[in-house]
Amino acid sequence: MARLHEYQGKSVLASHGIAVPRFFVASTPDEAREAAAKLGGRAVVKIQAWTTGRKAIGGVALVQSPDEARKEAERMLAIRVGNFPVTELIVEELLPIEREFFLSLSIDDAARAPVMLLSFDGGSGIEERADAVTRLPVHVTTGPDEAMLNEALGKAGLKDTERADIARAVRQAFEAARSIEARSLEINPLVTTSDGRVMAADCRMTVDDYAVFRHPELGIEIARELDHPPTQLERIAYHIEQADHRGTFYFARLPHEENDTKLVGFHGAGGGGSMMSMDAVTSEGFTLANFCDTSGNPSAAKVYAAARVILSQPGLVGYFGSGSGVASQEQYWSAYGLAKAFLEVNLDIPAVIRLGGNSEDRAVEILTDACKDLPAKVEGYKKDDTPRFCGTRFRELVEASGVTSEGYTRWVPAFADESSGALCVEFSRGRVWIDVGACDEIATRLVVEHGSGLFKDEGGKPALAVPMDVLDGKDSELIACEIECHRAGRPVVFVDMPIPGLDDEEAD
Amino acid sequence: MAILIDSTTRVLVQGITGREGQARTRLMKEFGTHVVAGCTPGKGGEEVLGVPVFDSCAEAMQQAGPIDASVVFVPARFVKGAAIEAIQAGVKLVMLVPDRVPLWDAMEIAACAKQHGAEFIGPNTLGVLSPGHGVLGMIGGKAESARSWFPKGPVGIISRSGGMTSSCGYYIGRRGIGMSTLCHVGGDSVLGLRFPDVALKFEADPETRAIAVFGEIGGSQEEDLARLIREGRVTKPVCAYIGGAAAKEGTRFSHAGAIIEGNTGTHACKVRALREAGATVVTSFGELPDAVEAMMKRLVEP
Repeated sequence: MARLHEYQGKSVLASHGIAVPRFFVASTPDEAREAAAKLGGRAVVKIQAWTTGRKAIGGVALVQSPDEARKEAERMLAIRVGNFPVTELIVEELLPIEREFFLSLSIDDAARAPVMLLSFDGGSGIEERADAVTRLPVHVTTGPDEAMLNEALGKAGLKDTERADIARAVRQAFEAARSIEARSLEINPLVTTSDGRVMAADCRMTVDDYAVFRHPELGIEIARELDHPPTQLERIAYHIEQADHRGTFYFARLPHEENDTKLVGFHGAGGGGSMMSMDAVTSEGFTLANFCDTSGNPSAAKVYAAARVILSQPGLVGYFGSGSGVASQEQYWSAYGLAKAFLEVNLDIPAVIRLGGNSEDRAVEILTDACKDLPAKVEGYKKDDTPRFCGTRFRELVEASGVTSEGYTRWVPAFADESSGALCVEFSRGRVWIDVGACDEIATRLVVEHGSGLFKDEGGKPALAVPMDVLDGKDSELIACEIECHRAGRPVVFVDMPIPGLDDEEAD
Repeated sequence: MAILIDSTTRVLVQGITGREGQARTRLMKEFGTHVVAGCTPGKGGEEVLGVPVFDSCAEAMQQAGPIDASVVFVPARFVKGAAIEAIQAGVKLVMLVPDRVPLWDAMEIAACAKQHGAEFIGPNTLGVLSPGHGVLGMIGGKAESARSWFPKGPVGIISRSGGMTSSCGYYIGRRGIGMSTLCHVGGDSVLGLRFPDVALKFEADPETRAIAVFGEIGGSQEEDLARLIREGRVTKPVCAYIGGAAAKEGTRFSHAGAIIEGNTGTHACKVRALREAGATVVTSFGELPDAVEAMMKRLVEP
């Protein structure tokens, strides 16, 4: 789930009518100083970080003057929280707090609805005091249960005006959460002040990853919770995923030491199968460089792009692919995608791919045959080969190989160039090149035979048989055609699908 | 008997004219599912693989009904509309196959289903398959594979992972043990039918004699199932594997539902709850078929 910072959350609350302290966002000591001056000198400075207990790590300070705000800001901007450097601070009005409350909204999977928790007992340590908390059932469209809310408020020893204000704040918090499709919202504390206001003094909000596309206003770059700032490669992968929704593609770097000598590129398929397969390879003593999942009947192009992203990581000693082992999808599409990626980088680290499932025989044959001349061993396995067996086999191959990759870039054949005279057809995801000059009778027949009806024989040379726009959804079929021609010893087709961010330099 | 789908279930496919809709309709029909109608707005009057297509669910219901179940193959952002349309037209079981359905959409579908007394499975489900009867969704892929992988028999399978639903079925089937129904509840955090709901259906199904479970970290489905066992509402033996032992709090892989939030939904929590309730929990997936085999032997010779 994508997380919002305190100041972003507070802006969302404010736009739904919940009062929040006056605040400014500062990313330099001077900005913090200026902000404190605008607030009259006294202010609270807080780091913007995804952690509880900011106070304990020196991330909250009460300052008496703009200069003090500057000094504290300078110190705080050097803090690291986990893998994240602190880059932003909130400088806000100091509140005359009278009473503290706790208010949250989360998703109750058993009720299939949101649930709100409200406590009148002050917020800190709330997790340990379940009995002090009122649980409010919430309807997904109409909000918290009014009767229960009123009953809870009636018992809290509040002034009449406060009761009405807090009831309103609870309803507004629900509206705020609903408006951005929050996965969770926590206002800890919600406060009453000595001058009679009800305000959100803090705010933590997360947004449903699958709804982020409907909320461009939130400026969320990668709709995913990572334990580190997104790396360049994760950005590249995320954009591939966003551009092609045929099946799932999920990529994340995993923590490891830079000089780890047992680093593996991991390519899973399916959430549950991936988790199980990760165990099989880590139990052989390897470290996973990344997590990756292509599943849900992905296109060959998506599997190809995923493999390229995985292979661009330096320091790999091998490539391990495995899913549930009994995939419902036709596995040969994955085999074509993997074969294309392995050929383009001239793979020299061993790969073990468990392709069990529908059409596994054909899938394994495509992969191993297409890759038989590569410097590395590429082996494919089926559903009756257990993950443990594949893990052990992988270790044997890595031990025999001794090669460590430096991060592969792709190789493009010479005919994939406008001056070569090759046939070039553009489609939505790239271009396909056919080296017509090199096409003898056999090559032409191969292109037509494996081209899924997209090409015809025109005077002994391959030509496009369909309107150009038909190619748009046919990238998988084109990749299949390329690999089949390669297997038959006539590598006359090249599907050119540069990955933005990965293959940019070669174009310059 | 079986649960959720049997030989009498009449099925509507929403999004039947799309790429996935067409491909999956073919597979469902080949497996023996009675696909009696399809629905794609604006394509009423067409036919897909001999199945009549209607503009709306209400129309399909009227002209090709009765309809017992609908399978939804539309892009994620249109799932809410499609599901609510089916439920309002009177369909009592809706399968939501697409991945990436927004959470608040899933909750709205749940509210609508509750109001109309309907059930749904998913989102992000591979489907439900009853050997010898039919399949809703895409478990097994090819009909001939599905037939050879999943023999008919006494074990009910419930899983939070699509691929692992098939794996459980296949590896259990290799031991000569068949299954009544395989049900993938979906990988998301808000789901229609959850483990306890499906387990109660297996409990009521005379053909099912034992239940195999592929659970995952996150959420409370496994704990809720454990409670039913403890309360004596699920009395058939349960054998489970819980994936994600190595995951840290807050790390998410690719199932939206497989995330540990705070101190709930941890691997240890789930294993303990199920074991204390009397279920068998194996620690590696490879042990599941052995455990199921042993469980079946105990049933025969207690």
